[in-house]
Amino acid sequence: MLKELINHLAEPIVSFPIATFLFYLMIKHYKTFGSKKFATWFTILSIPVLIFFFADPNFYLIIKTPDNVPIGILLVLVAFFTWFTMHKAAINDTRMEQGLEPVEAMPENREKVWSWPNLVYTELFAIIACTAFLVVWAIVFKAPLEESANPTWAPNPAKAPWYFLGLQEMLVYFDPWMAGVVLPVLIVAGLIAIPYIDTNPKGNGYYCFKDRKWAIISFMYGWLILWVYLIIVGVFLRGPNWTFYGPFEYWDFHKIVAEFNINLSEFIWIKGLGIGMPKNLVVREIFGIILTIAYVGFIPVWVARATSFGRKFYIDLGPIRYYLFMTLVVVMMSLPIKMVLRWLFSMKYIIALPEWELNL
Amino acid sequence: MSDTKLALNRREFFSYVTVGWVMFSAACAGLGAMAFRFSYPNVNFDPEMEFLAGLPGDFPSGVDERFKATFGVWMVKQEGKLIALSNICTHLGCIPNWLPAELKFKCPCHGSGYYMSGINFEGPTPRPLERFKIGLQPDGKIKVDKTKVYRWEKGEWENPDSFLNV
Repeated sequence: MLKELINHLAEPIVSFPIATFLFYLMIKHYKTFGSKKFATWFTILSIPVLIFFFADPNFYLIIKTPDNVPIGILLVLVAFFTWFTMHKAAINDTRMEQGLEPVEAMPENREKVWSWPNLVYTELFAIIACTAFLVVWAIVFKAPLEESANPTWAPNPAKAPWYFLGLQEMLVYFDPWMAGVVLPVLIVAGLIAIPYIDTNPKGNGYYCFKDRKWAIISFMYGWLILWVYLIIVGVFLRGPNWTFYGPFEYWDFHKIVAEFNINLSEFIWIKGLGIGMPKNLVVREIFGIILTIAYVGFIPVWVARATSFGRKFYIDLGPIRYYLFMTLVVVMMSLPIKMVLRWLFSMKYIIALPEWELNL
Repeated sequence: MSDTKLALNRREFFSYVTVGWVMFSAACAGLGAMAFRFSYPNVNFDPEMEFLAGLPGDFPSGVDERFKATFGVWMVKQEGKLIALSNICTHLGCIPNWLPAELKFKCPCHGSGYYMSGINFEGPTPRPLERFKIGLQPDGKIKVDKTKVYRWEKGEWENPDSFLNV
């Protein structure tokens, strides 16, 4: 009963809003989230939950796969470091509200030390520890090698390495050109562009949240919800035929999912207007093209003109930085928008021009 | 000054330089050619691009998988037509599976689904599976030519070479 409920809660259409809501709560109450009390209670409460999860044979089968062990470690590390930075930020923000300097700027923390031997010894120890850990790991978990490649056969499910499973999940909602080329390039270019776009001098050398609120929120949303969450879904919740399976669900090859995806143009011309698809390609996709241009071109301008925080951004960043930043945000948000449209309306493509290999 | 014997006069120097440059360029070109050759495999395991698929009577209605493992082709007989369907997903090039119980092709990579006819209906795939050229030889055997593909969205499935009336 409880397991069935959790299986339902894990479905992307439910778990994605839950994850987004939890992210909102974490940001809103970051001081509570970043307290030691919260971390202690979270750890204590998570132990029986983990035991409950691990006791299930279907869940254990997936989590113990050699491929999936590092993702378990990754999740623990992500949770810890998210809490750790928020913990440090909460302390500093509280201090700065009282008019004190951040912890890192206190006189006893401003003392300078030599990089040799202090830093180099630490690095040497880290190298040795990592090597020892990897050697033990390589002995304990055998590399999951398979038979030689066969161009007429693919394993089922065919999964990318775990660090690419976020991309593979994105590919479920986008054309390969978008999710395989355009979005990864924009992710990398956007990450490189961060220091040029974000010229806020605050936060250099100390942890904080308040001073860099929007930078932290937009980065953490992309990282935690649009990357780590998608990796979790791709690793643990996608089974044969890339069908969704709950954490306690048996990976039944013949699970039937009623799915029928249609394009926006089919929605409008056939369902909405009832007159069939026009012959001309551009006329056929005109609504999608208008929507896309409006989304990419109109929203950044509208935010800058009509909203108070947008106007502040525009003044702080200047027009070039502002439009670069907003373009990246708009492209990033196209992923959750596309996912929600798929789940709610079985929407396949906003613009569907397979004749030109162009689908959005 | 005048009795200084030059080991090499100007004309000889240039002829040596020319020889040297020609040999250097030839060596570079040879190395480049070898590097280019190296980027191609010595043995090719790709399926053959043309094959004979037996007689039209060999195929029952439905999807025939006997040429999937060897040539990457599904022979589909439906409504009096026999077609040779590519087994490469039009989304990102994975190899879908034929699910006889569900009567559909389903891709294991991103969940694209196709009807028996090859028309896409679920998942992210933007267009149907591709058909290969199919025809009869004078001896009555079916010949499938994978070098010629027919795409539905371009209206090429109307082409008489893209199916066989049986």
